Amino acid sequence: MTDVLRVEDLRVYYHTEAGPVKAVNGVTFSLKPGERFGLVGESGSGKSTIALALLRLIRPPGRIEGGAVFLDGLNLLTLDEEEMRRLRLARIALVAQGAMNSLNPVKRIREQISLALRDHGVQMSRSELDRYVAELLQRVGLRPEVGDMFPHELSGGMKQRVCIAIAISLEPQVIVADEPTSALDVVVQWQVIDTLRRVQEELGASVLLIGHDMGLMAQTVDRIGVMYAGKLVEIAPTRELFREPLHPYTQLLIASLPSLDGKGDLRGIPGLPPSLLNPPPGCPFHPRCPFAMERCRTEEPKLQEIRPGHWVACHLH
Amino acid sequence: MSALLEARHVTKVFGGGLLRKTQTVALENFSFQVSGEVPRITAIVGESGSGKTTLARLLLGLVTPTTGEILYRGKDLQKLSGEERRSFLRDVQAVFQDPFEVYNPFYKVDHVLELPIKNFGLAQSRRERRAMVEEALHAVGLRPEETLGRYPHQLSGGQRQRIMVARALLLRPRLIIADEPVSMVDASLRATILGSLLKLNEEFGISLIYITHDLTTAYQVSQDIIVLYRGSVVEAGDVEQVVRDPQHPYTRLLVGSIPLPNPDRAWQGERVLGRPVAELAPTSVSYCKFQQRCPYAMPLCVQEAPPLFQTSGRRVTACYLYREAPALQAEELVTIFANGHRQQAAATESALDGETN
Repeated sequence: MTDVLRVEDLRVYYHTEAGPVKAVNGVTFSLKPGERFGLVGESGSGKSTIALALLRLIRPPGRIEGGAVFLDGLNLLTLDEEEMRRLRLARIALVAQGAMNSLNPVKRIREQISLALRDHGVQMSRSELDRYVAELLQRVGLRPEVGDMFPHELSGGMKQRVCIAIAISLEPQVIVADEPTSALDVVVQWQVIDTLRRVQEELGASVLLIGHDMGLMAQTVDRIGVMYAGKLVEIAPTRELFREPLHPYTQLLIASLPSLDGKGDLRGIPGLPPSLLNPPPGCPFHPRCPFAMERCRTEEPKLQEIRPGHWVACHLH
Repeated sequence: MSALLEARHVTKVFGGGLLRKTQTVALENFSFQVSGEVPRITAIVGESGSGKTTLARLLLGLVTPTTGEILYRGKDLQKLSGEERRSFLRDVQAVFQDPFEVYNPFYKVDHVLELPIKNFGLAQSRRERRAMVEEALHAVGLRPEETLGRYPHQLSGGQRQRIMVARALLLRPRLIIADEPVSMVDASLRATILGSLLKLNEEFGISLIYITHDLTTAYQVSQDIIVLYRGSVVEAGDVEQVVRDPQHPYTRLLVGSIPLPNPDRAWQGERVLGRPVAELAPTSVSYCKFQQRCPYAMPLCVQEAPPLFQTSGRRVTACYLYREAPALQAEELVTIFANGHRQQAAATESALDGETN
């Protein structure tokens, strides 16, 4: 099946006085139609920058330095501003980190959803629009009366559902969700993800879920890409990644997760993520890697398909 | 011997002044104690609005109870003498969620570590002070040469949080109250920081109250657990029993909502419980606060708040589904924890002491 979204060798740098910070440094992956793909990484790994770059929302001092983002064969990075504006929400929508706090506090929910639609040239009568907003709210599990309310009258979970309703309002092919449930309670987190999954399946859209929570990824996505220091170090189907992680970083990350299956040693990953200003030569993980060899210090490993669908960037493989 | 720190029938109500009509009961009739003799790790788990942070602030004396008392070595926190207050400030240390907020950005991190040594006159010389700082940093897995002499913004969140743990350690406290110490830290560092807190417990005999929304780390770190829901204890006891075989419908919902990092384990969320029954209108001021969301709610639940039913030697559940079990008084909660009987005996003694004073 052809990919709905294909990201090729994407590079995004933040230009600082000290030099370019290579937040995204050559990332390649793709989304199949209807697929849920997870990008997981720690803070500073570049995952949120990817979300913004896909929607061309990178602001100075950040800049997309190179690569391509194909949405259904169309390279988004070559479009002019106006073409891109029309495409956002309509074909690729973002539920941004902390989106629930970006709702306008002095506008009723109905107006905010309507505004997004009208902004994209949707021609509907007032009553048609009201009916459509009510339907959208219902699809994300909210009562139609929520349309009459202001953001402060809603809980965090409800606001996040409103943001999902806006994201699906023009039935996009791709929904990018960046940490959609951080800062929500665990029960509410389940509700929000359950909603996202349901509307995505109804629409047949693909989802790019970005986050740091391996548990959430394990339970939500079909495939996972693991980010480290601006690069993808491993991509695999979710079950396979948890059953047999190949990259030492993925192995240590999974081993550091607390489980409920019995008490274990609390072992983190020693050392710190590298500076993206002066990344170490060779493999970015070698200073923290228990298996580092001489070669790892000089030669950067390429992301290679070791088994069907399982990619890893490590000299051990 | 009275307990190191004790909460006795503590209730905290916010609001209800001239301008605000609505009152919020943040914590209701909560009793608990830390003996200080046996180093224990107790997790206090709850979602937002559970009262867990209010409890931390009450135990640290940052807010005062509306009713009930917080006792330090048998004496009301509000009535400590200057000397006793200093001793309290040394014995009970806090580690908070956001390690950035407590730093003054204009001081090097050395300042954060040296200040308590100076304040409490713990070192005779600069060299001794330096040695103490380095020892504390080593204890939390930091290299002094990579940390000292730097400004807060030059360190990662994980490093800053470990410095706060090192700072707490410097004073050789009897108890550390840690309120969400790892919720803003990346996964790979979370285990390291929790590991250093565990080490303080094992090597230095420091008790720990670990306050969190995260049941998995609570399970990994603690021996005892208290689950709070809207200001009340819903379930408490041995962490193995409570987390691996939860009884209270709320605890079951909480455990079922954790997305486990194992794709073969189902993430059930609300499906664990099923639909709540038609909402029952409370018939008294005291009722089970979970009943609106509970599929097992019955008329009894809205007539009176359920007491703590002792369902095993090491566990209580505040739910009428377990009403066959004997009910405990709120202040008897501590008896279900390991070594609880000893603590309880001490508590009775201190109560008698109080009478003779």
